[in-house]
Amino acid sequence: MGTAPASRDVTSYGMGLAAPLALFFLFFFVAPLLQLLWLSLHNDTAALHWGLGQYLHFLTDPFSLSVLGSTLLLGAEVTAVCLVLGFPIAWLYQRVGPRLQTIIILIVLLPLLTSVVVRTFAWIVILGRQGIINATLQSLGIIDTPLKLLYTQFGVVIALAQVQMPLMTLPLITALGRIDPNLDDASCSLGAGSWRTFVRIVLPLSLPGVIAGCTLTYAAAITAFITQSLIGGGQMLFMPMYLYQQASTLQNWPFASAISIIFLLAVLVVVSVFTTLGRLSRGYGGA
Amino acid sequence: MAEAQGGRSLVVDAVTHRYPSGALAVENINLDVKGGEIIALLGPSGCGKTTLLRIIAGFIAQSQGRIIIGDDIVDALPPNRRAVGIVFQNYALFPHLSISENVGYGLAARGIDKATRQREAQRLLELVQLPAMAERLPRQLSGGQQQRVALARALAIKPSILLLDEPFAALDKNLRLDMQIEIKRLHRVSGITTLIVTHDQEEALSMADRVAVLGHGKLEQFGTPSDVYDRPQTLFVNTFVGSSNRMPGVVISADRTAAKVRLDAGAEIIARPAGGVLTEGGRVTVCIRPEHLQFVADETGFAGVVGMSLPLGATVVHEVTTADGSGVKVSQARIGETRALESGAAVRLAPLAPSLANAFPATL
Ligand SMILES: Nc1ncnc2c1ncn2[C@@H]1O[C@H](COP(=O)(O)OP(=O)(O)OP(=O)(O)O)[C@@H](O)[C@H]1O
Ligand SMILES: [Mg+2]
Repeated sequence: MGTAPASRDVTSYGMGLAAPLALFFLFFFVAPLLQLLWLSLHNDTAALHWGLGQYLHFLTDPFSLSVLGSTLLLGAEVTAVCLVLGFPIAWLYQRVGPRLQTIIILIVLLPLLTSVVVRTFAWIVILGRQGIINATLQSLGIIDTPLKLLYTQFGVVIALAQVQMPLMTLPLITALGRIDPNLDDASCSLGAGSWRTFVRIVLPLSLPGVIAGCTLTYAAAITAFITQSLIGGGQMLFMPMYLYQQASTLQNWPFASAISIIFLLAVLVVVSVFTTLGRLSRGYGGA
Repeated sequence: MAEAQGGRSLVVDAVTHRYPSGALAVENINLDVKGGEIIALLGPSGCGKTTLLRIIAGFIAQSQGRIIIGDDIVDALPPNRRAVGIVFQNYALFPHLSISENVGYGLAARGIDKATRQREAQRLLELVQLPAMAERLPRQLSGGQQQRVALARALAIKPSILLLDEPFAALDKNLRLDMQIEIKRLHRVSGITTLIVTHDQEEALSMADRVAVLGHGKLEQFGTPSDVYDRPQTLFVNTFVGSSNRMPGVVISADRTAAKVRLDAGAEIIARPAGGVLTEGGRVTVCIRPEHLQFVADETGFAGVVGMSLPLGATVVHEVTTADGSGVKVSQARIGETRALESGAAVRLAPLAPSLANAFPATL
């Protein structure tokens, strides 16, 4: 790929400069990961007997598999919502004056400037039985009984989408900003309408941003422990909480470790699918 | 292209455009272009050439005036329905599509099937002499080749009008000449009405049937290359197209065809009143091109002192300081042994002929 000469340049600075970070990663990331792997390869909670029992247990247990499935599905739903809502925002950003751009950026970044817990509680207020949505709909006479929004998949997806929105919008804004505005005009003068221009030109050229945004949003959404558990409540179980229960409440560290490893692999697979998709499309790095 | 429709006429009718920021980019422009003509829009940077082009293409809606293509007023039509082909200054090829797909893009938008598209793209690539490049991506082509692809892409939709925005600005001199010839050749076979934006006067004079000179958003003159060069209507045109000495003076007597002017440099000469009526006693600026001044041995003309002489190949340019302290340039053809002029030599200068000195009312 075209990046090869650039990375060779970087190495000529000497690896010594990267050593502090490398050590940090070694102690606080690689070492715990290896310990996790070691733990997960034991059949009993005391970690005395080697074996693949924990993995077998997870992969043959319908409940565990359904938790994994619903977590991956949750990530896909949140990513889709963010993409559908975030793309128009990013598109708009490239077409308004500098003052509106500042306002849009501020709105996009706002979720990052407040604490996750605060944001999540705000959503509880909005989605609750006596919350803003239900109160409004009831006073308008549109519904008689409050809708169940909190503690549902829908509620979790909406709350997570809002929280993760900047991770989608910012890469999209960057990618769309790189597209030469003359390409729009060229397409139009060749007789293409706005829809064709969007599908054939804007979308493929913004693909690097779409891939980056999707990867970030997906990874953040499936691991969002606080939002998942507070909005999802007790009825909805996702991998982070499942993991937490096994480790903290049940003290089943080997099983928790196996869950972690499986979860990690599942995420890696999904992320590499995104990346491969991006590389297969010729728009990648083309602009 | 044998099946070309011969090119439609284009009328720019009293077009004015003010950008939302308040900048008046073009003001009351009138152009009447016949079908099949090549027109050059010539003007200095920032004079509104691109703005006018984008108005014709439909990317900008003008504040006032009309655009008429053939018999149709197109102001209400979006760019994709105007059948105007445009080649952008930076080519604007689609970077993720192959050359063949780029050229066929306009045909795809018209719903033409893939096989026909490819055949047509191949034919056009042969026309611009790039038949072997169909499967490459734009970034794998040189600047001049990308330029040709952009041209082929614009021609593919069989536009009734072709707009080229500084098409050769990024090319080196040889390639530029090649492309100019290429455009001329394509124009001859296709007969498409063509508008070329340029700030290169040689390009404008050599390629166009007629040249529209723009200055500060206004149309200064619209005429044949020889009109613009030999009979400039404004001081701006005279100094922007070709080089010219500007010599201030006072009108002694004037009628419609000739004016007697007393130059501040100290001579009475006959000049052509170029920018309208001259009044006796009024201040004027007389423009004389360096190649239209000659050294004279008698007492006619005005006196000066030679400063520096620059041999520029076929011509020698002398810088002469006149009595009023201003400098003029004189260019002499280098025939045999041109008399060497010492720096500091006293000389007298006069225009070759009265029709070659243009007098414009002085603007204060
Ligand atoms: N989008 C815009 N908003 C406001 N003013 C603009 C805009 N585009 C151009 N202008 C102004 O309008 C005037 C004409 O610009 P234009 O781009 O048409 O010039 P040009 O003749 O094409 O110049 P060049 O030869 O440098 O390309 C300039 O003074 C420019 O600053
Ligand atoms: Mg321009």
